[in-house]
Amino acid sequence: MHGYVTMKIRCCWPARQQASTGGRGYAMRMPLLALLAKEPAHGYELKSQLEQIFGEAYPTPNIGQIYVTLQRLERDGLVQSQDVVQATRPNKRVYELTGAGREALLSWIDRTSEGPRVRDDFFMKLVLSQMSGTSDRLGLINRQRRHYLGQMRSLTDLAAVTSSQIPRLLIEGAILHLQADLDWLQRCQEELV
Amino acid sequence: MIGDSQRLLLRATGLTKTFSGDGVVLPAVRGVDLRVPQGEFVAITGPSGSGKSTLLHMLGGLERPTSGEIWLDGQRVDGLSQARWAVLRRRHIGFVFQFFNLVSNMTVADNVELAALMGGATRRQAQARRQELLAELDLAAKADAAPTRLSGGEQQRVALARAMANKPSLLLADEPTGNLDSASSSAVLRLLANAHASGQAILLVTHDSRVASAADRVISLFDGTVVDDVPMSVVHTPMPLPDVLRLRG
Repeated sequence: MHGYVTMKIRCCWPARQQASTGGRGYAMRMPLLALLAKEPAHGYELKSQLEQIFGEAYPTPNIGQIYVTLQRLERDGLVQSQDVVQATRPNKRVYELTGAGREALLSWIDRTSEGPRVRDDFFMKLVLSQMSGTSDRLGLINRQRRHYLGQMRSLTDLAAVTSSQIPRLLIEGAILHLQADLDWLQRCQEELV
Repeated sequence: MIGDSQRLLLRATGLTKTFSGDGVVLPAVRGVDLRVPQGEFVAITGPSGSGKSTLLHMLGGLERPTSGEIWLDGQRVDGLSQARWAVLRRRHIGFVFQFFNLVSNMTVADNVELAALMGGATRRQAQARRQELLAELDLAAKADAAPTRLSGGEQQRVALARAMANKPSLLLADEPTGNLDSASSSAVLRLLANAHASGQAILLVTHDSRVASAADRVISLFDGTVVDDVPMSVVHTPMPLPDVLRLRG
């Protein structure tokens, strides 16, 4: 179950290149800046907009993650916020994009994205398992193929019940990546077994 | 999982095929055992040259095994004459080729109806069956077209309709989604799922892991032997849909 979520994340937000800038929340930064570029909003609005756009195809972060990320964006000067007084409910904090935030967003959009993964965890195991002396490469490949096939079934099941465009395309992307992983597995089998 | 109580539709034991010529001996299939119960959907995957198509051709009587036995519905069939095999294919086995093999000077509708007629249907039944299949494959509008006027994806779907025209108890297919775009693949996949749901056994060779993952069982072939044979129920624990959706964040 966990692997399923991880797999979906892999094909989307740039989660890696900014490890230095701060933790788990980073993958959330650009989507939040992008939503705020349209209009100021508070945390719950941002959460529900993300859900609306990406639907069941993408794990929406919980509200806590969104608020933490907004605080960090504010600390870095990319957004600013103010409390809005509401008559019958507690105040809400509304965030808006700053000039620096807009610049960061635009430069993210203009940058080309990372290419395919070249360092694959499974491939490392396949190559390095020889060292352990207990290597059964065919067994490793078979187990991995079974795992991928199970994920493929989950994704095609999900695709079959997803009609809105953005989530559907996201799932299709994950399916194509997985197909490539399976093809590569077969190449490894041809060459290494 | 398949219980023993389920009737075996297809059984192959020790199946081999060796091609030879010009002093070169090429073992394509090297001792394959296979059991397919009634109604099971089996996918065979493997690299090119692993013997997938040769195995499928032997099971459909298009290629004679070098050794081994093939039993279809309790009858031994590996030694049958070409003529007897032709009868079997007309009535009990649907075969989808990688390159369609449609009759080019007949309409799409006639291609499908002919297969039903040859399988013993009346003209009226054949017509009804054709309409049903073409509608299911989004091809109703092309019924009167010549196959050559169709795109590759459409021709592949017609070939599938033709193979299913006589409701065969076993459908054999060689790369049924090979070279198809995503939408055509989905239509083919849908039809296979419906056929499977109505109790038809399916054995197909595929590179398309989306198709393979839809099967009950996935067999991996390598160098002419079976290197893995796995029920999808083992690798995929079906979760109720709301649970799948709740996996977010």
